[in-house]
Amino acid sequence: MSGMVTGHRFLYNFRKYKFLLYQLVSRDIKIKYRKSVLGIFWSFLEPLLTMIVLTIIFSTLFKGYGVENYPVYLLTGRLMFTFFSGGTTAAMRSIRGSASIIKTVYVPKYIYSLSAILSNFVTFLLSLVVLFLVMAVTNAPFTIYIIFTSLPIVALLFFTIGVGLIVATINVFFRDIEHLYGVLMTLLMYATPIFYPPSIVPASFRFIQDYNPIFAVINCCRSAFVYGELYDPYQLLFALVSAAVAMIVGLALFYKYQDKFILHL
Amino acid sequence: MFTGETLENMVIKVENVKMNFNLSKEKTDNLKEYFIKFIKRELHSYPFQALKDISFEVYKGDKFGIVGLNGAGKSTLLKLIAGVMKPTAGNIWVKGSMVPLLEMGAGFDQDYTGRENIFLKGALLGYSRRFLEEKFDEIVEFSELEDFIDVPLKNYSSGMKARLAFSIATMVEPEILIVDEVLAVGDAKFRQKSREKMNSLLNEDATVLFVSHSTQQVREICNRAIWLHKGELITEGPVDEVCDAYEKFIQ
Repeated sequence: MSGMVTGHRFLYNFRKYKFLLYQLVSRDIKIKYRKSVLGIFWSFLEPLLTMIVLTIIFSTLFKGYGVENYPVYLLTGRLMFTFFSGGTTAAMRSIRGSASIIKTVYVPKYIYSLSAILSNFVTFLLSLVVLFLVMAVTNAPFTIYIIFTSLPIVALLFFTIGVGLIVATINVFFRDIEHLYGVLMTLLMYATPIFYPPSIVPASFRFIQDYNPIFAVINCCRSAFVYGELYDPYQLLFALVSAAVAMIVGLALFYKYQDKFILHL
Repeated sequence: MFTGETLENMVIKVENVKMNFNLSKEKTDNLKEYFIKFIKRELHSYPFQALKDISFEVYKGDKFGIVGLNGAGKSTLLKLIAGVMKPTAGNIWVKGSMVPLLEMGAGFDQDYTGRENIFLKGALLGYSRRFLEEKFDEIVEFSELEDFIDVPLKNYSSGMKARLAFSIATMVEPEILIVDEVLAVGDAKFRQKSREKMNSLLNEDATVLFVSHSTQQVREICNRAIWLHKGELITEGPVDEVCDAYEKFIQ
């Protein structure tokens, strides 16, 4: 019955293509680590080295702004943001990158975008080991609230999938979006308080933080990882609502245009 | 084995299918050009009918040939039946598992070993892990790549890649086989083997959709055929009748 499979067969498809999804995710991860000499340790080493450098430069500067544990503060923000920007960028390229197979075999096309994001998510989960390590070294509080961070992290995952589907769709029709998106991610990285405290931004520009779903997730996680507190439930709510909106827009856009993908690949 | 034209035996039904493409003079695939053309009002596109109201049925065991010149819409029709494209209008109904033997190297990962690629490509074709594990030795043996199966694909010669692709694609017994030209790959020895494998697949109970320029091959393999010309179905019927008419037209 592969001829007339449509959107409402989502769940049936998902079960049928679970093995394919697993294959694609493990392929991405295996290839990434096979290509680098240090293998899997690279994903530990890279954030660790950046953290050390930025800590040396900025930690004394931002001490007066209430940033107690700069290494953990920085790492929390960086890991979350890296997952979002890496995941959406990989999803953006996923459809074009699978052009030859899309033209010959029917597979639900969202599988390609989803697998790109999930492989980034696995890398992200692995890199949390570094975060816990740094927390232990810097005597950060290990509290029950760390378990609660799974909720904002799930919100971030779905937000990333939603945005990923949007950019994957646009990239099929306009391939220069890749360059624009790279610039946009750099801007967003600087606009999000990742390596600096939110309070140094002038009050008139705080809206950039207030309406930033990624920052809401980072904030929730910092409450637990840096301060050992439960996060502000409104921040979580904002993250969850943003994720839901991104998913709805992403799925609607993707399903509306997916039959036209093949004409532009 | 052709089993007669009854409703239960129908495996493919193509009903009033139309396929339109929008052709623009130049391909606009980036935002910059799109905006410039939008401002200059140069975003014209011309509708092109690749298929005009095509209807036919294929029954279980049929060896169904599609003949026609380049640009007749043969590949578009195959893509529609394979489900990778959707028709502008009309319906396509397909019953049973389907394997397209088109661009068999698609979906391989160059950094993956032969072993890993068997599972990756198998998953793309919709097979389960258990099925692939069962068939694994058979695939490797047929491809004659035992010594290279744990070597990354980028170190394979093109002949080796073709052998692996062929072995994965044909190691199953699909109910419907989509074939674009007869495939024979590799060196002379493997070519002979792959031709035999193709023939055995074509002679079994499977329903076959076969596209070719060569009416000789179509006559050899098929029992029924259609002739497409510029998106229109000219004739449909027993293979010799259709091929005779088509050959007459070419001359």
